Amino acid sequence: MADLSCKIAGIDSLNPFWLASAPPTDKKYNVVRAFEAGWGGVVWKTLGIDPPVVNVSSRYGAHHDQNRRLLGINNIELISDRPLATNLQEIRECRVEYPDHVIIGSMMAPIEERAWKDLAQQIAESGVHGLELNLGCPHGMCERGMGSAIGQVPEMVEQVTRWVKDAVDIPVFTKLTPNITNILWSAEAALKGGADAVSLINTVNSIVSVDIDNMVPEPVVDGKGTHGGYCGSAVKPIALNMVAEIARTPETRDLEISGIGGITTWKDAVEFMALGSNAVQVCTAAMIYGFRVVDDLIDGMSQWMDDKGYTSVEQFTRAAVPQVSDWNELNMNFDTKAVINPDNCIECGRCHIACEDTSHQAITMTSKPEGGRLFEVVDEECVGCNLCYHICPVPDCITMEPVKTDKPPMTWPEHPLNPMRMAAE
Amino acid sequence: MTTLQAKQVSKSGAVHGGAGHNDADDGFSDLHPAYSTLQAMAESNRCLYCYDAPCVTACPTSIDIPSFIRKISTGNPDGAAKTILSANIMGGTCARACPTEVLCEEACVRNVAEDTAVEIGSLQRYAVDHLMARDLPHPFKRAPKTGKTIAVVGAGPAGLSCAHRAAMLGHDVVVFEAKPKPGGLNEYGLAAYKMTNDFAQHEVEFLMGIGGIEIEYNKALGKDINLADLKAKYDAVFVGVGLGSTNDLGLKGEDFPGVDDAITFIEKLRQTEPKSDMPVGEKVIVIGGGNTAIDAAVQAKRLGAEEVTLVYRRGAENMSATEFEQDLAKTNGVVVRYWAKPVAIKANGKLFGMEFEKTELDANGKLVGTGETFDVRADQILKAIGQKIKTDDLAGMEIAGGKIVVDESYQTTAPGVFAGGDCIKSGEDLTVQSVEDGKQAAIAIDAFLKSA
Repeated sequence: MADLSCKIAGIDSLNPFWLASAPPTDKKYNVVRAFEAGWGGVVWKTLGIDPPVVNVSSRYGAHHDQNRRLLGINNIELISDRPLATNLQEIRECRVEYPDHVIIGSMMAPIEERAWKDLAQQIAESGVHGLELNLGCPHGMCERGMGSAIGQVPEMVEQVTRWVKDAVDIPVFTKLTPNITNILWSAEAALKGGADAVSLINTVNSIVSVDIDNMVPEPVVDGKGTHGGYCGSAVKPIALNMVAEIARTPETRDLEISGIGGITTWKDAVEFMALGSNAVQVCTAAMIYGFRVVDDLIDGMSQWMDDKGYTSVEQFTRAAVPQVSDWNELNMNFDTKAVINPDNCIECGRCHIACEDTSHQAITMTSKPEGGRLFEVVDEECVGCNLCYHICPVPDCITMEPVKTDKPPMTWPEHPLNPMRMAAE
Repeated sequence: MTTLQAKQVSKSGAVHGGAGHNDADDGFSDLHPAYSTLQAMAESNRCLYCYDAPCVTACPTSIDIPSFIRKISTGNPDGAAKTILSANIMGGTCARACPTEVLCEEACVRNVAEDTAVEIGSLQRYAVDHLMARDLPHPFKRAPKTGKTIAVVGAGPAGLSCAHRAAMLGHDVVVFEAKPKPGGLNEYGLAAYKMTNDFAQHEVEFLMGIGGIEIEYNKALGKDINLADLKAKYDAVFVGVGLGSTNDLGLKGEDFPGVDDAITFIEKLRQTEPKSDMPVGEKVIVIGGGNTAIDAAVQAKRLGAEEVTLVYRRGAENMSATEFEQDLAKTNGVVVRYWAKPVAIKANGKLFGMEFEKTELDANGKLVGTGETFDVRADQILKAIGQKIKTDDLAGMEIAGGKIVVDESYQTTAPGVFAGGDCIKSGEDLTVQSVEDGKQAAIAIDAFLKSA
């Protein structure tokens, strides 16, 4: 079995799977269960300055698929609603009882130097391995000038990071909000402030659904609803892009990354790491299925590493980053075509109607002499869009096969039809 | 039988034989119990929403199956029901009684890779039952009145389907029914465990909700009414009389007490409540290889017959009963004997059995007796060797091959008289085919009346 141990921001972890700062890491009881289940670390539920916040009842909304599988959850819960001293005492106990497991203290405070520094020092004294600055929650706390209200202003991100770095001598993770126009501005600010790593993404600002009988956004709190933070597998693509942008941009690529955003399976985790994450954090998958999901996260990743011949996670961390490029660097002379294997085809006709109605009319439907229907690709019409390949319900029935070409690679800036190029000549 | 079907049968209590199962009424609960919402959501999500779907082609009434299943999956079961009923106003009966395993579900593309079709019949029942359980106005509107009135002979699936569509097209309809209740074979012919809770009557009430349809009961063709009068009095006539007569074995003693038509047996059973009041023999022989034979044999067994032997003159593969129905007989403890034909009814003041001769195919592929005989003891014999048309009531119409001859617009050789259902040669003798015949005939009658 492959070695899954990893290091992020100088912290050694048994495996790259940490529980993100959220309800699952609210108290010692949960954290003990998580460590027993096999999680390498936890980021404790965000701590604030006493008196603790008060949470509302009715906190989660959900985005289901038609089979009632959860694609995403949004929440309107605030930070820890327990006294700081209670949390710190429990952190101390966990550190003693589970010395090999990582505990990061997540924190949030108003935009005042003293507040951040005092809180950071108090948490650091509890023995945490590092601090994570929650600059991301898009609901509730932002209305009090915290969370995303700070994270959306790069200057404040830099300032807060610097205050905490000055106050403590343990690693600092700055947690970024995706509710911004350009993740690089926040990442650069964190780097300038001295962050040892960034954690991203925090939840996406959202209204997840509306109770159409009562005309209220969900979750409903006594007849009203508010926007909340969206998480779960639905946000994974947003997170992957933001992670990759930080990892591939020269100004930010030295930042270590704790990847977060809808990680549900070991394959999701591999993807986050391949695009630049040194380790990952999980929340929603555990909330849906319990802490036991870590078993397959560990088992699936190490099985895959064995199959691929990787002996440490560093060997594939950032391995996909060099292949992430600007659109302008793509080869315009590359051509790929759909190929339908009639032996695997179950004749559902979905590829035909999708292509016919919404793409390039490149899949014909004809009757077979022996009965049944034959679906064939018209190569001259197929632009290689992949739509049929994605919607086909049968794996490996439709494949995309590159066409052999003698043409050398050519990017759009080099392309003769590019008006900008023509203008430059 | 697939695993899923086996599970359904066992869930429905259809598999008997265990000690303590002597209450005959138990055996007449739903063969395929209704789906819960959770089951409907899960199963509807198995549908791939095929384009130009093979299941639609396989349905004699061309129900837009992918569309109705999608509507179930989006939480729109009443919309699903309307999609079904717009093509097949008896979608509720068809959901229960159709041999889906040889129609829509056989065509399902899910069979190809997974060997398990989407359970279209159960989903259809879920949707139609959902709509019918609500106290909503009838889902279809009538076109402006045409002032024409159509006579429909027979309140079975063909007649009622024709009546509903004709009413929808703006015509008034008077239906003449020989029996005291409507529904035809839905009421009198389908196995009791397929049509529980008086569904046939509920469905007729629902169908009549469109308005413009009147039913006159106890009006038999050739006795109380005749075609000449109907033609004279109404603008068009539709004949959906089914097959009023049955084939005989041609053996001595066929009228002996205890020797009955399976159809008659089922009809009596359908009208008996509680079912345990229905008398049944201790040892029953059923002759035939169709779904009616299976229905009779299984129901006889469920009524408490000690031994039920189904005898068919050819092999299992030649039976017109579907594989599912054949399996149902076996799992209900019916003994099935192939390759034997009845040669004598044995009675000695009282019926006590039947003599059979073994059969085989000769060199020319012709079915012949081998000369070897065997006896099966029985105190009841049920004949299910096919029905035939009662031609004597159908003066003025050409009959060929035991069926009323119709052209492509369902018109008989008597001008202005149309026909459909089991009495014509269209597809199989199935409820769903009769519904389609009635619907298409109504459309043809509408065109006929407009051109007149």
